[in-house]
Amino acid sequence: MEKITLAGALNRALRDAMRADESVVVFGEDVGPLGGVFRVTDGLTAEFGESRCFDTPLAESGIVGMAIGMAMNGFRPVVEMQFDAFAFPAFEQIVSHVAKMRNRTLGAVTLPLVIRIPYGGGIGGVEHHCDSSEAYYAHTPGLQVFTPSTAADAYGLLRSALTGTDPVVFLEPKKLYWTKEERDPSVAVPPPGRAVVRRPGTDATLIAYGPAVPVALDAASVAASEGRSLEVVDLRTIVPFDDETVCASVARTGRAVVVAEAPGFASVASEIAARVSERCFSSLSAPVRRVTGFDVPFPPPAYESLYLPGVDRILDAVDDLQWELV
Amino acid sequence: MTRDPDHLLPSRSPVQLIDEQGVAVSGDRPDFPSPAALLDAYAALVVGRRFNEQAYALVRQGRLAVYPSSHGQEACQVAAAQVLAPDDWLFPTYRDAVAIVTRGVDPVDTLTLFRGDWHTGYDARAHRVAPQTTPLATQLLHAVGVGHAARLRGEPTVVMALCGDGATSEGDFAEALNFAAVFRAPVVFLVQNNQYAISVPLSKQSAAPSLAHKGVGHGVVSERVDGNDVAALLAVLTGAVARARAGEGPQLIEAHTYRVAAHTNADDPGRYRVAAEVDEWIPRDPLTRTAAYLRGTGVLDDARQAGFDAEAERVAAALRAETTPTTDPGQLFAQVFASPTPQLREQAALVRDELSREVDA
Repeated sequence: MEKITLAGALNRALRDAMRADESVVVFGEDVGPLGGVFRVTDGLTAEFGESRCFDTPLAESGIVGMAIGMAMNGFRPVVEMQFDAFAFPAFEQIVSHVAKMRNRTLGAVTLPLVIRIPYGGGIGGVEHHCDSSEAYYAHTPGLQVFTPSTAADAYGLLRSALTGTDPVVFLEPKKLYWTKEERDPSVAVPPPGRAVVRRPGTDATLIAYGPAVPVALDAASVAASEGRSLEVVDLRTIVPFDDETVCASVARTGRAVVVAEAPGFASVASEIAARVSERCFSSLSAPVRRVTGFDVPFPPPAYESLYLPGVDRILDAVDDLQWELV
Repeated sequence: MTRDPDHLLPSRSPVQLIDEQGVAVSGDRPDFPSPAALLDAYAALVVGRRFNEQAYALVRQGRLAVYPSSHGQEACQVAAAQVLAPDDWLFPTYRDAVAIVTRGVDPVDTLTLFRGDWHTGYDARAHRVAPQTTPLATQLLHAVGVGHAARLRGEPTVVMALCGDGATSEGDFAEALNFAAVFRAPVVFLVQNNQYAISVPLSKQSAAPSLAHKGVGHGVVSERVDGNDVAALLAVLTGAVARARAGEGPQLIEAHTYRVAAHTNADDPGRYRVAAEVDEWIPRDPLTRTAAYLRGTGVLDDARQAGFDAEAERVAAALRAETTPTTDPGQLFAQVFASPTPQLREQAALVRDELSREVDA
């Protein structure tokens, strides 16, 4: 079977969506002839022309603001923010307009647009190139927040994002861009709002999303060799959030560790931990633990391995889940 | 390759066609508006002034949460709407209710934002009037997107994007001019320079030779106009709309006007400007000079004036008659997404439960 990278799957999703729907347009910084700094838009200008995949002036608020107007007038824009931290100039447009337009007009004006943001660390990037900004977007009512961890989900979730009428902040784990996997492009994935169990287990649940999913899977493999069976749940979409799948898993295992790259304070990981505690309290044998980035600015490359949640830190947290009380 | 920028530069002084005494000073200009166009504009000015006064009074009665009045700026409001074709778009700010009403939106629906029973009370898509925007200059980029979309489809749409003098300091103002110029988007940017951003005067806002000059660096054709002269506004804006429609790219117009009223009812202008300054602008009022010109040329008589006044009173009465509508608790959760998330359904059920227990008790 053919092998495809996560970046390649995104590229194919854009290409297939543009072939299927001529209202889909792609624009941003360097997305034209260059194909984007991560090559996710490779070949789109050549196939579809400059009117459908084009470079813009270097101004992120301008890019998102223009996407809003084009979405108001019949197009389905997909814009690329070059790196996580470079999306911040567009924050006002995203929070004050993208998120609110449907609600403030009671549905008269909808914004079917996708804001693609490469995010997270693990690539040895210098400062401002490795932020995990999902909490800002997930905290804002009206935004859907998708974050695939597999090439299949990258393809399927991006195609889904390009069929609905609600805006999507599409967070792409940049450290996974070049991970190859075998996939059949025709195989459907679950819809947005459904988490999936990536690895079944019986003793504890690791809840992860995006770049943390492969780390959680690695931890589960090591744990298995040590005689402990860990289930790994991949959220796939932070908004909509799948309480049902998460709680069903924790109800089965009785223990939970949330794994995420972002700093833990006031984070998506904190929200998940709180939800699990509120909804699964009677099933829990131990408090929910969080293994996250530290509450420091994302560190320089030489410190990255100290900062990012790794297998050992996850397994240490699992070890703390009050096994002696069983 | 650099291009001689002279064609981008605004006039040495604001374009004026009718002076403060109501005398035509550039009557030989080929773009001088027709008597019929000026009479239409005057009718809308009378309604607009009455709308401003009535809305302000409703705030004092506690029936509107707030109202940022365009008193003194009605000529800009009226002209911005009247130069547009039905398929064009208008992007207003919070101070542009009179432009929205002139565009044909129901006056009561126009005040929904300030009555507080929802954010946007009119169908923005049906009227091609975007929601009134409060984050300054952000809507200018949406206008560029709407214009670019129309241009990609080969439609003749023009977008009129409104903002004030303070908004020209925002980054989105510069980004909108730049994007519009690069993509040759059919957008007319109308800056209503009313001299104040709440309390901060223009002298503290910008060191540019004029706000119109801010277009030049972006390659945008720029002009300035007497913002209290509805004839000059109609002429300059009609030309700008025509050039944008013809594919000549975006146009920037600075209108020199004055915010006679306070920023909103919550504002105290006495803390930052003297009454004598306001008094200087009263003789430049857009209504009195238009009326003087139209009477002087025999176009306006007492009967016509009475008709305009009656229409203005009809609008004011409609605003007064609108009682505060009851709220629908379900609407709190409506249209956050196309279909509510499980979490929103839970929260809506919580509110329904609270309300049902209130009824029981």
